[in-house]
Formats: sequence, C-alpha cells, structure tokens
Amino acid sequence: MNRTFSNIKTIAKRELASYFNSPVAYIFLIIFLVLTAFFTFNVSAFFERNEASLSSFFTWHPWLYLVLVPAIGMRQWAEERRSGTIEMLFTLPVTAAQAIFGKFFAGWIFLGLALILTFPMVITVNYLGNPDNGVILTGYIGSFLVAGVYLAITILTSAFTRSQIVSFITSVVICLFLVLAGWPPVTRVLPPWLDSIVAKFSVMPHYQTLQRGMVDVQDLFFFVSVMAFALFATGVVLRSRRAG
Amino acid sequence: MIQVQNLVKWYGPLLAVDDVSFDVQKGEVLGFLGPNGAGKSTTMRMITGFLPASSGTVHVENLDISEHGTQARAQIGYLPENAPAYPEMSVQAFLEFIADIHLLQGKARDKAIERVMEICHLSNIRHQTIDTLSKGYRRRTCLAQSMLADSPNLVLDEPTEGLDPNQKREVRKLIRNMAHDKAIILSTHILEEVQAICDRLIIIDQGKLICNGTPDELCRRSSDAGTVTVGVKTQDSDQIRAKLEAISGVKNVTVLTKDQETATLTLQPSASDETRFQLADAVAEKLSEENLTYNELHTSTGSLETFFQEVTVSETEQENAA
Ligand SMILES: Nc1ncnc2c1ncn2[C@@H]1O[C@H](COP(=O)(O)OP(=O)(O)O)[C@@H](O)[C@H]1O
Ligand SMILES: [Mg+2]
Repeated sequence: MNRTFSNIKTIAKRELASYFNSPVAYIFLIIFLVLTAFFTFNVSAFFERNEASLSSFFTWHPWLYLVLVPAIGMRQWAEERRSGTIEMLFTLPVTAAQAIFGKFFAGWIFLGLALILTFPMVITVNYLGNPDNGVILTGYIGSFLVAGVYLAITILTSAFTRSQIVSFITSVVICLFLVLAGWPPVTRVLPPWLDSIVAKFSVMPHYQTLQRGMVDVQDLFFFVSVMAFALFATGVVLRSRRAG
Repeated sequence: MIQVQNLVKWYGPLLAVDDVSFDVQKGEVLGFLGPNGAGKSTTMRMITGFLPASSGTVHVENLDISEHGTQARAQIGYLPENAPAYPEMSVQAFLEFIADIHLLQGKARDKAIERVMEICHLSNIRHQTIDTLSKGYRRRTCLAQSMLADSPNLVLDEPTEGLDPNQKREVRKLIRNMAHDKAIILSTHILEEVQAICDRLIIIDQGKLICNGTPDELCRRSSDAGTVTVGVKTQDSDQIRAKLEAISGVKNVTVLTKDQETATLTLQPSASDETRFQLADAVAEKLSEENLTYNELHTSTGSLETFFQEVTVSETEQENAA
C-alpha cells in the first residue's frame, strides 16, 4: 500500500515537473486564461447582463476544454512510446496502474491549477454584487470534473499511438461527441428515442446540474465512472501493446 | 540469478525467439552475442518483464517474472536498447526519480545517486538536460539508472553501442568491476568485447540458441583452432610443404610467405576432436628428424570471429536464400 502511494506520487511529481519544464504548460495557462476572459466578457457580455453570477464564465468551459485538455494529455503515453521510455518505466518496480494514475493525477492537478488561476473572476463578481458562492463552488467542481473526464479520454487515446497528433484529434472527436450528445441544439433535432440513448453519454446534463448549484450523487457517479473506465481501458491497451 | 526456460516469442507470424533456455549465476558475466535481428533485445525484454513471453518462464532470484512482476523487477537493473531517458529532465532529476521509484530516502538516496554519478562520470553534467547530452553521456546516464538500486541482476542491451573507444574501455572495466557480486547479462555484436569481459557466452541466431560456453571453449570449436603455423629456414618452400604434408594428421599445408631464407607455412589438422591440438608436436619432431631449423611454431587456439561466422547465417546469405 505504502509502495503504491509512493510510486503514484513519484510518477505524478515527475509528470507535473515535465509540464513545467516545457513551454506547453505556460502556453496552456495563458491561452486558457485569455480565452476564458474573452468568452466571458466579450462573447457572453458579462457586464451587460447585470447578474452577480459566473454562469457566463462556466458555460464556455466544456467547449474550451475540448482543445485545451487534449493538448495537455496527448503526450502522456504517446511520448513514452515514441521515445522508448515506456520500456524503462515498465521495467522499474512500478505497476501499470500506478503509472497511469500518477500521470492522470499530474494532468488533473495541472488543470486544477489553471482553474485556480481564474480566481480574479470570483473576486470580480463578489466585488460587483452578491453572488451565491455555493453555486460558484459547485460550478468549479463541475468544471474540474469535466476536465478530468476529457483528460482520462485523452490518456486512453494516447495509449494507442506513438503520435501525439493522432491522440489529440481522436480525443477531440470523442470529447466533442460527449458534449454534443447532450447539447440542446443537437438533441432537439434528434428523434426522442435516439436522444434518450445518446444523452446518457453526454457530460452536459451532469455539468449543467452542478452549474445550477445542485450536487447529485448520480452526476458525480457519471463523471467518476467515465474516468475510471477510460483509465482502466488505458491499462488494458498498454498491457497488450507495450512494444508496438 | 536469472533462469530462463524454453522462452518463445511470436510477433504475429514472426518467431523472434525460439525455445531459448539458459541461466546466469551471481558472479558471472554472460555475453549475449548474435547478428542484428537475432532476438537478443526481445529475449531481454522478456527477462525484464517488459514483454510477456508467448511461452516459457523467466525466474529472477527464484521469482517468476509473470507472477511476481514488481518484486522480480525490483531485483533487476536494466539498460534498454538505445538508452531511453526522459529528454526534458536533468541528469540529476532523472536519477532522483529512479531513486524515488526504488523507495530510497534521505542519505541512502543521496549516496546511491552520488555513487552512480561517480562511477559513470556524470558529476560534471548533472544539471544538463538529457536531450542536450552526447550519445555517450546519455548511454552512461541510462547505465547509471540501471545501477542505481544496486540490484543483484543487471541486464544490459548493447551497453557500449555508440561510445568512443575510450568510453567503451571504461564501461567494460566498470562492468567487470561489478561482476563479482552480480549476475550480469549483456548483449553485443562486438566480438572483442565478449572476450574482454564475459565469463560465458551465448550465441543466438534467428531466435535460436546456437551455443553456450566460455569464450575459450567456443574458440576451440572454430575451424581454425588447431591450425599450426611454422616458420622454417629453407630456400625451397615447396619441398618443405611436401614433407609437412606427409605428417599423419595433416589435412593440407599452405605457404603463407616466403623469402630468401625462411618460409612460413600453415598446417590444417585433419582431426576435428581434441587430438588436433597435438599437431605441433608432430611437426617439431618431423622438422628435427629432417635437421631443419625453425624460428616459429605455434598452434592457433581458434578465433571467436571465425566461429561466429561459421555458426550464424549472415544477412546476405539470408537474402540469397529468400
Ligand atoms: N515490436 C516488434 N514487432 C514485430 N517484430 C519485432 C518487434 N521487435 C522486434 N521484432 C523483430 O524480431 C526480430 C528480433 O529482433 P530483436 O530482438 O530486436 O533482435 P536483436 O536485438 O538481436 O537485434 C527481428 O526480426 C525484428 O524485426
Ligand atoms: Mg537489439
């Protein structure tokens, strides 16, 4: 148990350090902060709305994450494969599960950090009015969970290939499906029977409940089970195609 | 100690390793020799638990690698082919990462890192990132990684590949120095390397284990082992040749060089067993009977190079056959 925890921590630490050792991390943080600000203030017209809430801020997250999260996750296994370090990693006394979780947590912590850096938003709405900070908190939790789901899916696609680009494109497509499957403009045109099946896969309904300030175990279960499934599948893929 | 039994690996329809068995004891350096594509790296990947075997077993310190993977892998230091290492990390950070994985802490961790930095001569580049290192330094960094936990078993896939001659000698010395309390397997296609550092040698070709013995034993099995070279004072080399050919046990004689005073000849023994190494005695006897003086007489113990050529199929031969 001790060894498991220690290994996950060691791997997460290395992965996180490798983000900050390359320009990717800084570019990501800047783009994320600029885009969230741009969409909130310019596209959603935050000030004209005259509401003390961050709903115009959170609305855009599942869309922004669509390209930003795959950009963070695509290298995780693809790069290990391409550079051959996977052979070194998997011949150390580390299990595949420890390595997968370690890397996943590193990516998720990094995305959490990006979210934390948006705190001026919270200060701004609190300065301008009296928002419900509970709703803001569940909004952040929902956003963090969506990011985790996208990340787990990107990690799965990155386990399949040596190419970061292939991993990126595949995960954008899959995540786009997870968004569109429950997005009203799309679900409205689907026949009701198909809609009810497709919508089960979507992150959107679950995300929206959290945006309204409601924490439902069912929603949390959805996010956690998609992440768990994707990471488990990553393990299966890595075990079966270590050399290729 | 590493024990390999009936190891087989299929890559789809390609049989890369075909029923290979051997073991390496503590205190022994085993050379793994074979042409490119023979299956050396594949075998090493199965020994270190990176690839599952199609069939057969590997035991490391009596632990089955497929059942007790983590424990068994903790007993092996491994240098993979091409020395992979995380390019964005510094040498120091990389070795710290490896030390953390091996659960080394505090003083023990620092000491282990300093120890491998010293023996692999990395101290002066410890803060350099790995992608800026020259090939030699990079391989030594990865070698340092494999030695960090001081595991009782080392598996080194072409440890001297890409190093310059001085570095090669250094690394060989280093391996030799570690040998007394470790079981070491190293692969190479450099024959002199085998003779310099290996106690025992395995030749594998097209996935099959062809032979297993000490370098001396295998030399003696080459066709040029037992060949006698003699330099005789004479003007008439042809006459000497005829005389030497008459000795029983001689298959043929060739004149290597001749000048005004001496001729150098080589005699091929006809026997293929151990008796062929006695040919020199018969030659000496014959020459003294004939009252001829000679200044050189020696029996070849054979060469690994010849043996290797004789037992392995070269790539051009493979192409011709195909
Ligand atoms: N991942 C792989 N997939 C398919 N074939 C492979 C793979 N790795 C190696 N091979 C093939 O297996 C054979 C043995 O390769 P290898 O073990 O690398 O040989 P060596 O290390 O002796 O040069 C070669 O024919 C090689 O092409
Ligand atoms: Mg090889």
